[in-house]
Amino acid sequence: MPILFDLFVTFAKVGVCTFGGGYAMLPILEREVVSNKGWATMDELLDYYAVGQCTPGIIAVNTATFIGNKHKGIPGSICATLGMIFPSLVIILIIASVLSNFADIPAVQSAFAGIRVCVCVLIFNAIIKLWKSVVKDMYSLICVLAVFLLSIFLDISPVIFVLLSAVCGILIKTAEVRSK
Amino acid sequence: MIYLRLFLEFFKTGLFSVGGGLATIPFLYELSAKTGWFSYEELANMMAVSESTPGPMGVNMATYVGFETAGVPGSICATIGLVTPSVIIILIIAKALHAFRSNRYVDAAFYGIRPCSLGLIAAAGAIVAKIALLNIDLFKQTGLFTDLVNIRALILAAALLVLTRAVKFTKNLHPLWFIAFSAIMGILLKY
Repeated sequence: MPILFDLFVTFAKVGVCTFGGGYAMLPILEREVVSNKGWATMDELLDYYAVGQCTPGIIAVNTATFIGNKHKGIPGSICATLGMIFPSLVIILIIASVLSNFADIPAVQSAFAGIRVCVCVLIFNAIIKLWKSVVKDMYSLICVLAVFLLSIFLDISPVIFVLLSAVCGILIKTAEVRSK
Repeated sequence: MIYLRLFLEFFKTGLFSVGGGLATIPFLYELSAKTGWFSYEELANMMAVSESTPGPMGVNMATYVGFETAGVPGSICATIGLVTPSVIIILIIAKALHAFRSNRYVDAAFYGIRPCSLGLIAAAGAIVAKIALLNIDLFKQTGLFTDLVNIRALILAAALLVLTRAVKFTKNLHPLWFIAFSAIMGILLKY
């Protein structure tokens, strides 16, 4: 099998097997990419993950791009990424077209009213988990609360918050270095 | 040209959302408020579907929003738009992975951004909570505070909190199970 096609198929497999993305994907990537294909070592995979977490975009796509690029350059990275998103496209399109036909049925609407409560609880749990890993000092505490309140009460694009907080981070770290 | 617009909006989402699928949500709320292509309520429904189907959540959301807005071509434009910045950025970084990871300024910028992402996600969570737990429309009509809070939704939320955080047997179950449970409760309690 040509390697470009192999990259596409392997990442499509990873895409089918993961729910939710992010860390849920690590064991499956390890099995497919490290054990089965030998495309990367576990250390490299963890490096890719670390970079994926602190660069913009979807972590799964970032990892696929890294591994594709390592083996076949730019075409490789594109094939791996397309493989990663292909199952999502197909599955969501099927569900979306079916659901839009049933959306007006009262029972379906009640079911979704219940599901929205669940989404709310799941997000709450995710926030608690993130809070524990992110809020470690005065800056992070103030930043979380300020961004939360400002974006609820003011109509400001998230982009502005992201850019401003990056500047804050650089200023704070630079000041810390100077004071030492 | 809606396809180009979808591509660009999701390109922006991909470029500025740091920290995985959930981080894309605040941008989708902004998109909804700005364009009216889909309502907050529909967005909450799409999140449920995206969490309970395979694939990275961010990609699922882009596909779903794109499809609801402009059919199959829309879903493709949105998804490609979302992943394009990742591919470009990673291709640039891949050449100097170690230099990037140990760069002082990169590290400092992300030290700044991480709590910001969390704040944005929390604000998006507050919008979902408002839709799922409160009856704003009914409250506006009647003016009664007893009508503001959706009691049945609140009970379901409390039950789910206990099941997902406190009960040892159910705590580590896949979110899919909780979503299915809530769908059944929604039908039984007739919201």
